[in-house]
Amino acid sequence: MSAPLAATAEVAAVRELAAELAAITTRPWTLMEVCGGQTHAIVRWGLDQLLPPGLRLIHGPGCPVCVTPAATIDAARALARRPEVILCSYGDMLRVPGAAADGGPGDLLGVRAEGGDVRLLTSPLEALALARRHPDRQVVFLAVGFETTAPATALLVRQAMAAGAANLSLLAAHVRVPPAMAAILAAEGNQVQGFLAAGHVCAVMGTTELEDLADRQRVPVVVSGFEPLDLMRGLVACVRQLERGEARVANAYGRVVRQQGNPEARGLLESVFEPVDRPWRGFGVIPGGGLGLRAPFRHLEARARFPGLPGGPEEGADPGAEAGAEGVCISGRILQGRARPMDCPAFGTTCTPEHPLGAPMVSSEGACAAYHRYGRRG
Amino acid sequence: MAEPATPATPRIQLAHGGGGTLMQQLIDAELRRLYADPDQVLHDAARLSLPHGRLAFTTDSYVVQPLEFEGGDIGTLAVTGTANDLAMAGARPLVLSLGLILEEGLELALLRRIVASLGEASRRCGVTIVTGDTKVVERGKGDGAFLNTSGIGLLQVDEPIDPLAIAPGDQLLVSGDLGRHGVAILAARHGLDLQPPLATDCMPLWPAVEALLAAGVRLHCLRDLTRGGLASALQELAAPGGLELLVEEERIPVAEPVRRTCELLGFDPLHLANEGRFLAVVPEADRQRALEVLAPAGGAWIGQVAAAGHTAGRPRGRVLLRTPFGSERVLVPLSGELLPRIC
Repeated sequence: MSAPLAATAEVAAVRELAAELAAITTRPWTLMEVCGGQTHAIVRWGLDQLLPPGLRLIHGPGCPVCVTPAATIDAARALARRPEVILCSYGDMLRVPGAAADGGPGDLLGVRAEGGDVRLLTSPLEALALARRHPDRQVVFLAVGFETTAPATALLVRQAMAAGAANLSLLAAHVRVPPAMAAILAAEGNQVQGFLAAGHVCAVMGTTELEDLADRQRVPVVVSGFEPLDLMRGLVACVRQLERGEARVANAYGRVVRQQGNPEARGLLESVFEPVDRPWRGFGVIPGGGLGLRAPFRHLEARARFPGLPGGPEEGADPGAEAGAEGVCISGRILQGRARPMDCPAFGTTCTPEHPLGAPMVSSEGACAAYHRYGRRG
Repeated sequence: MAEPATPATPRIQLAHGGGGTLMQQLIDAELRRLYADPDQVLHDAARLSLPHGRLAFTTDSYVVQPLEFEGGDIGTLAVTGTANDLAMAGARPLVLSLGLILEEGLELALLRRIVASLGEASRRCGVTIVTGDTKVVERGKGDGAFLNTSGIGLLQVDEPIDPLAIAPGDQLLVSGDLGRHGVAILAARHGLDLQPPLATDCMPLWPAVEALLAAGVRLHCLRDLTRGGLASALQELAAPGGLELLVEEERIPVAEPVRRTCELLGFDPLHLANEGRFLAVVPEADRQRALEVLAPAGGAWIGQVAAAGHTAGRPRGRVLLRTPFGSERVLVPLSGELLPRIC
């Protein structure tokens, strides 16, 4: 997220909300901000230092790069090694280590250094342009992201179908946030009592799915933005519910989020994708935690075109491998909110943004990257 | 070379660096006008008659991409940057050398614009270019043009301006708002159409330093805020003496268009490069006088060095930033490259 210096009016408003929060908090509460962009803003502005004693924030798994399973990276690496393949994805994905003990740094850039054709995209539609420019090659797009980026991938799928592009496929790794929130609540020893939900996911999907979660799990969910003022508003709304014993969805990001979301983007997403069970790095398989291509588009899935890739359904899920893939790195526990970056012995020593051991240090939305960038060392 | 070449050829050729006729024509037509004493161009070394005193000597190479950006080009940077390095040592810039490494195929028109900028920047900085060298490398082995300048200046201070001269309780001031150069380069590189365009802050720093000295301000340390921006500069000053610097984020001047662009692109203005801004570290008693000199050009007080005793038992050699909300964080230099090659 961006980090402009705050305007004076905002400073006063944030301070007022901090005072309000102190006034309404009578007991210890533990809240989770779901999205990595929110984590960055909290650490960047030191908002956690403004909270009353006993009000604790746990950083959520809201970083799509971080939760992409190591086996998916390994599948992408296997594809990128094939001479006919051009493997493309977003910048951060190229530096995330996989799990395969095949030597080298273990990321896609490592394959590129060996001669693989790995390219960086800033928009999914560039993949279609690549496929047109290279009719003799197979272009594979490693498609990651939450419900926020899935509509753009859906648009790529629709345009590829319309264009009859036979040399374009997707390694589909999109994930859905609400099932992961449910998985966090269901986990043994869970401490999370309320959520700040990711505002940009809700901008697309609306708040209906979250209403189910709040009802069934009896947990307050407050849709929050990413600026200091948005986050403080979200915290006040969440603590207010907890103090009153309420558990419902509230929207503290009304300037962006509507209850029905963005019907056009959501319709596009739902026309192309359907919920599927999917492993998350650090979590194991989350029921309904991913988006898979619907039947009419399934021939565009790279796993269908290139059988035998790592991490396929035929292998089954191996959550143990996910958690222990990075050796000393504890990113699995960090993603579940069970540990903080500085609890990791590698943090800031053998694991840095230049030489990341785990995805949360790679991604611009990762919790470890946030702590490192903003000087939280102890 | 097999190709016939004439001075009218619109692109640089390998033979322009070959030491023969073509090179002489390039020097005569394009470069000679830069030199204070054009006859010196023919000699192997410049003969200097410098004022009596202690000298400062520095060198810097310039590899910026793109070569031209809003408000300047690589020529502007090459003269101003080296002159500013001298100013940061407390020296009045006097003379420069100029090394040009040109890539085969560089448009002659672009070279002319760079040379014009070199001349203009020399006038603004009050320096003369007294010696130089030109080479041409094969197409693909350069990046249009690389420039190197070395400079000599006359020291105007008795006490060394040095990070080790910084004392507990010293005050921190910046000479103007931050990040304009970084944004100008970003805009040129990524084709951002900023309205109105935001020009580089590239400007000579010696006049401001001279004004501080004239006002009787004791300068413990100066640092230009180039690559890595204010965040790196503060860290570099804190480390050598194991000091703790306390900075008030609210006081750091950042222009509104820079703020907006940073928000759009996800950058922190404290990490952006500047080419016409510096940090001054002065004793507490001189803070007001320094501010009176710097404030009219947008300068501001931003914080201080922790007083002796304040840091007992705390980590040393760090920069502590107080956010506008009253929270604190340790300011660390940017990891990795935010913007490769911007100065």
